[in-house]
Amino acid sequence: MEGDIAEMGKFIGAGLATMGLGGAGIGVGHIAGNFLSGALRNPSAAPGQMANLFVGIAFAEALGIFSFLIALLLMFAV
Amino acid sequence: MATETHGEAEAAAGMPQLDFATWPNQIFWLLVTLVVIYLVLSRIALPRIGAVLADRKSTITNDLAAAEELKQKAVTAEKAYQDALANARTEAAKIVAQAKTAIQKDLDVAIAKADVEISAKAAESEKTIAAIRDGAAAAVSEVARDVAAELVAVLGGGADATAVKAAVTARLKG
Amino acid sequence: MATTVEEHAAGGLQIHPMDQFVVKPLFGHGPIEWYTPTNVTLWMAIAVLCVVALMVLSTRRRAIVPSRGQSVAELFYGFIHKMVEDVAGHEGLKFFPYVMTVFLFIFMSNMLGLIPMSFSTTSHIAVTAVLAMMVFLTVTLVGFYRKGTGFLSMFWVSSAPLILRPILALIELISYFVRPLSHSIRLGGNLMAGHAVIKVFAGFAGAMGVASVVPIAAITAIYGLELLVAAVQAYVFTILTCVYLRDAVGEAHH
Repeated sequence: MEGDIAEMGKFIGAGLATMGLGGAGIGVGHIAGNFLSGALRNPSAAPGQMANLFVGIAFAEALGIFSFLIALLLMFAV
Repeated sequence: MATETHGEAEAAAGMPQLDFATWPNQIFWLLVTLVVIYLVLSRIALPRIGAVLADRKSTITNDLAAAEELKQKAVTAEKAYQDALANARTEAAKIVAQAKTAIQKDLDVAIAKADVEISAKAAESEKTIAAIRDGAAAAVSEVARDVAAELVAVLGGGADATAVKAAVTARLKG
Repeated sequence: MATTVEEHAAGGLQIHPMDQFVVKPLFGHGPIEWYTPTNVTLWMAIAVLCVVALMVLSTRRRAIVPSRGQSVAELFYGFIHKMVEDVAGHEGLKFFPYVMTVFLFIFMSNMLGLIPMSFSTTSHIAVTAVLAMMVFLTVTLVGFYRKGTGFLSMFWVSSAPLILRPILALIELISYFVRPLSHSIRLGGNLMAGHAVIKVFAGFAGAMGVASVVPIAAITAIYGLELLVAAVQAYVFTILTCVYLRDAVGEAHH
């Protein structure tokens, strides 16, 4: 029975950890939205900033991927 | 930590990524792969593509230079043509001016000659006119004298010719 | 899911989204030694063949007016060359073959991994960690070699108020050492998550009978997204490599 409770705790923890992905979603959406509004104001400058856009998205996304990793670790590795 | 594997069936249970037993294998083959790709790229592919791109660039540059040269030539040719045209025009203007001067000279000479002739003729005519006038004046006094003598005779006077002549001359002069 | 408990006893779910990542020997069932030819070997070899086909065979004719394959190769060349020059600076061009190697390997592996029944090598932390550690070590060693202790001035933000500098230095130091971690987890995690999601939906499709059109449509949509992710993650890994290289070779920008 104790093992089952530990199992349950793992799954609950994994579910909680995936909430971090919401933060990554907010961050990526923020970056993309701000890029778009800036690009609509000054379309000629937009292509030069594509690299910065992707780097920003990558940085924001990495933190979400961390929480996904935590979830996977809880599910499969702990 | 990772599930220790004794076979694939149990490896499937956990995350295969965290099955550290397979890490040396993956890392070894990854390094082999990277070295192979690196050697292929740095020895063969990248220099070749770089050379092709440089070739293309120089070809384009050469073509552009040739085009520029041709354009220069065209400009020169046009300039020569324009020069020739301008020269011809000046030449023509000069010829026209010369012809004009020559004609003017001829004209002047002719006009002068004509003037001289005209003035000669005018003088002659004047002389003739003067002679005619003199003749006419003499004829007038003659006629006046005759008429006066006739009148006197008709009126019954026996006037002598000398007196009549004197009287007529006095009247003509008056 | 009545059998969940039994499945748990066997140590897994009914849907096995992680099965696709298992490293297996190509021949037989022996233990995996470091030299054993496995499916990792197979798919890495295929990636190498693809790179060779694209970058060497298609450019064989060295045409001034390129063929289709050659223009793709030139496109990649120009794209990465410009990225390295723009981001890492002119000095960074010495690392161009290295960056190109990393990019082409990741790009080809990502794309090959999307072939059904294939094995995506870049979804393994072992692979991405080695790639990221190589970048990290290169940046650190080249930075110290070229700038000496001046490389450390990267952590000492001279434009900040003096009182904040130690705190900022600590943050910069931590973020510097987190770089290889995030660099590798980002690539591996993205790939793994995408493939696992596709597998989970495929499991639904197997269990739903006629209604499985819905998960199949979803798989199609996710597959399109995964194509995008595969290209973007290769791009992101490469451009971050260039960003880190700038710290080592570029002018100080603090």
